[in-house]
Amino acid sequence: MSDPADIGLWGVPLAMLGGAIRVSTPFLFVSLGECLTERSGRMNLGLEGTLIFGAMAGYAAAYHSGSAWFGVLAAGFAGMWFGLFHGWVCRFKGVNDIAMGIALMLLGMGLAFFFGKPYIQPVAPDLPAISLGWWSDIPQVEAALRVNVLFIIGAVLALAMAWMFRATRIGLKVRVVGDSTAAARAIGFNPDLVRLWSTAAGGALAGVGGAYLSLYYPGSWNEGISSGQGLMAIALVIFARWNPINCFWAALLFGGAGALGPALQSVGVSSGYYLFFAAPYILTLILLIATSSPDRALKGAPSELSITK
Amino acid sequence: MAMSDLTVGFIYVGAKDDFGYNQAHAEGAAAVKALSGVKVIEEENVPETVDVQNTMESMINFDGATLLFPTSFGYFNPHILEIAPKHEDIRFQHCGGLWSADQHPGNVGSYFGYIGMGQYLNGVAAGHASKSKKIGFVAAKPIPQVLLNINAFLLGARSVDPTITCQVIFTGEWSLAVKEAEATNALADQGCDVITCHVDGPKVVMETAAGRDAFVCGYHANQSPLAPEKYLTGAEWNWAEVYTSMIKTVQSGGAVDNFVRGGLQDGFIKMSPLGPAVSDTARNQFEATKAEIMKGGFKVISGPMKDNKGNMIASAGESFAEDDIALESMDYLVEGVLGSTS
Repeated sequence: MSDPADIGLWGVPLAMLGGAIRVSTPFLFVSLGECLTERSGRMNLGLEGTLIFGAMAGYAAAYHSGSAWFGVLAAGFAGMWFGLFHGWVCRFKGVNDIAMGIALMLLGMGLAFFFGKPYIQPVAPDLPAISLGWWSDIPQVEAALRVNVLFIIGAVLALAMAWMFRATRIGLKVRVVGDSTAAARAIGFNPDLVRLWSTAAGGALAGVGGAYLSLYYPGSWNEGISSGQGLMAIALVIFARWNPINCFWAALLFGGAGALGPALQSVGVSSGYYLFFAAPYILTLILLIATSSPDRALKGAPSELSITK
Repeated sequence: MAMSDLTVGFIYVGAKDDFGYNQAHAEGAAAVKALSGVKVIEEENVPETVDVQNTMESMINFDGATLLFPTSFGYFNPHILEIAPKHEDIRFQHCGGLWSADQHPGNVGSYFGYIGMGQYLNGVAAGHASKSKKIGFVAAKPIPQVLLNINAFLLGARSVDPTITCQVIFTGEWSLAVKEAEATNALADQGCDVITCHVDGPKVVMETAAGRDAFVCGYHANQSPLAPEKYLTGAEWNWAEVYTSMIKTVQSGGAVDNFVRGGLQDGFIKMSPLGPAVSDTARNQFEATKAEIMKGGFKVISGPMKDNKGNMIASAGESFAEDDIALESMDYLVEGVLGSTS
């Protein structure tokens, strides 16, 4: 590696680009998972817990097997069981999916902390990264453009999910069930089953997002690893209007905004850093206000969703 | 009091195997457990909120603890100060608080070590290893002990080369893995080639910095297994010795002082073994400085010195030694540190 160049203020946009790529992946996976679940007409607020459990399970599995990819699989598998559990409980009459989601979030965190105790110390293998900055001789650019494979999979998945909703039979099924349970029954679909598997798939995606946290960036398991990213990702789905492609852009935006605080301090804008750390939240507020309007506040929202009913 | 009566409670703000602050205390608690006639109870992940008051109350009322070690800085004010007057027969030993006889209850004690001198030694190793003459510090909150660590790290490096600067980034919390990683990356982007930190669990900073090809200096505990090639040295706590001697004092019916401080020479802190990247020149200066500190009363700030806003903090001939109480209300960053306390 050559010596770092003096990049001065360029550090800020570069850090935001790098941050967007590094930090956005868990946002992306959780929001895609939640997008799928909500399009089928169900909320799963428990994805924060699933994310944390996935981070722990992925780290533990990678540590024992020596393979980071096995860890990703284990995290997805664990997340799927959380989703199945949520889906199974929520099909009963009178169960409120929001309350159940909060319970599931606390359960996921509690279980992860309990089983995760022995894995805080050990060092598990990391997921590999692809260097897309080979064309640059500036080490900072190279570092910013080290892209993890999961980020690319997430981006492809966003496109695939958008295509699925638009052009496939499964996508149509999920949309119909999400928009009207009665209509779905009338044409012979089983809404419970569709929701069950949408919730399970959503959970699996959130679990994989967790594996990214513990196996790549920041790359170790500890109890404060998520710091609320799962919850922000759920809010991001509403902001993205239940559109997978928008989820991708929103995840990038949140990741980049999170990098703003440290980057500004590193170039000497150091007073009021608490304010800059609030940047992602302020940004969300501004964007929500700017894009809101009384007529189309819930445009794109599945009508069977408990918040729209 | 019969010897078997002593129940001691330890309270940690994070996980007790975090490679950092809490692990250092938990290793001390483990040494206490090995003593006879002591029962140790522990609780981890206790936030610096009313939660810690509940934990203290339950350790006192349900477990019968008579000696408590609430170890996190933020437990002191208002939480310990709130609970202590209600339990005058219970002893509260707080790590890092600035206890004073005229303001605080007599059943509260405070202990701390001059770990800033360890950061000074880190700085000496860093000053020799840095090629870019820029070193970096990932800090949690701008409290006096953190500021002293940052200042000492730079001053140690400047004892090698007075042109070195130290960039600091505050994350705002004791444990925020993603933000710590982002801060480390931002430091590396700005060309900092030796990085240390003061956060509760330095694991993320060490791994991220080594991944960016920067050297690292440890803090709280020995992190060399995380980056064996890049680890220069580290400032570690040595609570096992401190806690064992306090418990023995209590068991023998003696009273622990309300205000306990100690440095390298008292066994309160220790340095990690030097890593493979440390040159012989660096090793010599490191050992010489260490021997100087071992004499006690090391003058970490000696004038004339300005802070990084241009205010005079020590005039010519004026100096602050490691045990100077004025250092415990430090609110400035010295000249050469790039960053701001608020």
